[in-house]
Amino acid sequence: MPRSRSKSDRATDWGAVILLVFLSACAIAPFAWMVLASFKPLQDVESSALLPKVWKPENYGAVFRQIPFARYFMNSAFVALWVTFLTCLTSSMAAYSFARLRWPGRDTVFKLYLATMMVPGVVTMIPNYAIVVKLHLLDSFTGLIVPASFSAFGTFLLRQFMITIPPALDEAAKIDGASHWKVFLDVVMPLAKPGLATLAIFTFLGTYGSFYWPLILLKSPHMRTVPIGIMFFDSNYGRQTNLLMAAAVMAIIPPVVLYLFGQKFLVKGIQIGAVKG
Amino acid sequence: MKKRRELLPALGFLAPNMAGFLVFTAGPVLFSLVASLTNWNLKQNVPIRAVGLRNYTEAIADPAFRVDFVNTLYFMLAAPLAIVGALFVAILLHRRLRGVTFFRTLLYLPSFTSGVAIMILWKQLYNPDFGAINVALRHVSDFLHAGWQTPNWLSSTHNLAGLKVETVGLDKKQFGLGAREAIIFMGIWGAIGGNNMLLYLAALTGVPDELTEAAQLDGAGRWSCFRFVTWPHLAPTTFFIIVMSIIGGLQGGFEQARVMTGGGPAGTTTTLAYHIYSLAFEQFRMGYASAVAWVLFALVLGATLVNWRFGSRAAFEI
Repeated sequence: MPRSRSKSDRATDWGAVILLVFLSACAIAPFAWMVLASFKPLQDVESSALLPKVWKPENYGAVFRQIPFARYFMNSAFVALWVTFLTCLTSSMAAYSFARLRWPGRDTVFKLYLATMMVPGVVTMIPNYAIVVKLHLLDSFTGLIVPASFSAFGTFLLRQFMITIPPALDEAAKIDGASHWKVFLDVVMPLAKPGLATLAIFTFLGTYGSFYWPLILLKSPHMRTVPIGIMFFDSNYGRQTNLLMAAAVMAIIPPVVLYLFGQKFLVKGIQIGAVKG
Repeated sequence: MKKRRELLPALGFLAPNMAGFLVFTAGPVLFSLVASLTNWNLKQNVPIRAVGLRNYTEAIADPAFRVDFVNTLYFMLAAPLAIVGALFVAILLHRRLRGVTFFRTLLYLPSFTSGVAIMILWKQLYNPDFGAINVALRHVSDFLHAGWQTPNWLSSTHNLAGLKVETVGLDKKQFGLGAREAIIFMGIWGAIGGNNMLLYLAALTGVPDELTEAAQLDGAGRWSCFRFVTWPHLAPTTFFIIVMSIIGGLQGGFEQARVMTGGGPAGTTTTLAYHIYSLAFEQFRMGYASAVAWVLFALVLGATLVNWRFGSRAAFEI
């Protein structure tokens, strides 16, 4: 039923639209500056003119000549895809155990999982670094991938999805003689797909943007992921603002694309994550 | 009994995650507590031995630690602004106008793309000579014939509270806009349309229309309608956001310091998180760094407990 709208309601609607346009412009302006700067010759960036006098798309090619940017992309994609796959696997199995099976001590163990989400990253970072050094995994992708592949948040998120699936479905499958593994794969997982998509997007983006762990772990320049690569590009190559902005534009393309396609799942995931905090 | 029958498969499904959890989370928490009581150092070849609570007493007595704690708290002042901003944006978007999804997408973009690339971008925006921010300020200043002195942003120790440099205290000469405000403004830009806004948006859809309509029929104005109907309904969300902001704020500021300022100028943007990073991974004083990390952990725990004890009751009684 459409709500009737009074004159003053319509006036505030217009006010709201004007404010939204203004706020959106503030949100977008830095991106616009970045894209414009990435197409300018250096002296144009420093002359504070808004639009490029000459458009220089060759800035993008110059980035690839100065730093192995394609390599950084491959490294980031490799690490992020592995972490995403492993996190989804370990989290969904654990979530199945917490959400669909009954066993003594289950809720206590689950609360312990939740409690560790509050531990600051810096507390576990130092011992993890020591473990990786001991296992000779410093400066290796294995060292980047494995410690990042077990997520308490992921377990929590998928559990929230899985407890909403009617128990009658598992029961029916079990009466037909299906094993737990089969129930997990054929009954629960297909129904938890939106949850998995959410977790996959979160994990991929989190890993793609992750900074601290790769920063302390990686030593060789050719191992660098995108954030580490552009940080060193920024600090080592002096004032080449136009090239720096071209690199930054390329660095945010994967998250922006993923965001535009996965927005629905992201919004849902954020809201579920907050239900029980 | 059913509970027992499902124990074995349950442990099987849990095993991979549990193994990682024990090795990379639970184990390290205990390990780090033990390490914080030793002189463990990865650079010097001295035998590891227990030093009792010495790391803790040293850490708390360290003037740098106090300054960095004050810096961390100062950065946390951005949180109330970011939260009010997020609520405001959510209320605007909640009006269910045409094009709302489009606006939401644009407004969410800054929080979504946050990270090193965006910090490198802001570093350029804050460039005192040709950065877009000072260019814009100069245009406004010329237009108003105001003759403003534009701030030096990331290379300036000035701040709006007039905090002293390198010690805890106040100094009028430090009043102004500097590196700390630069990082705060960037943070607010990134947060306003972000996750907190989405949480408020979801909470606003949970406020029954009948309630607000009934209040309006009773003659309540827009503000009292918000104050007495909407706001109490948002209390649990507000409470959650505040707790998360405090937890996040206490641990924050690492990337900004590492990418944008190196913790400077004169240590003004060094937060506790960056302090710990440089102790552990630049100086390799692992035992001492672990102790500081535990002090941070204690602060996080303390803030959370205080919140739960007093905050939740207050929030629900508004």
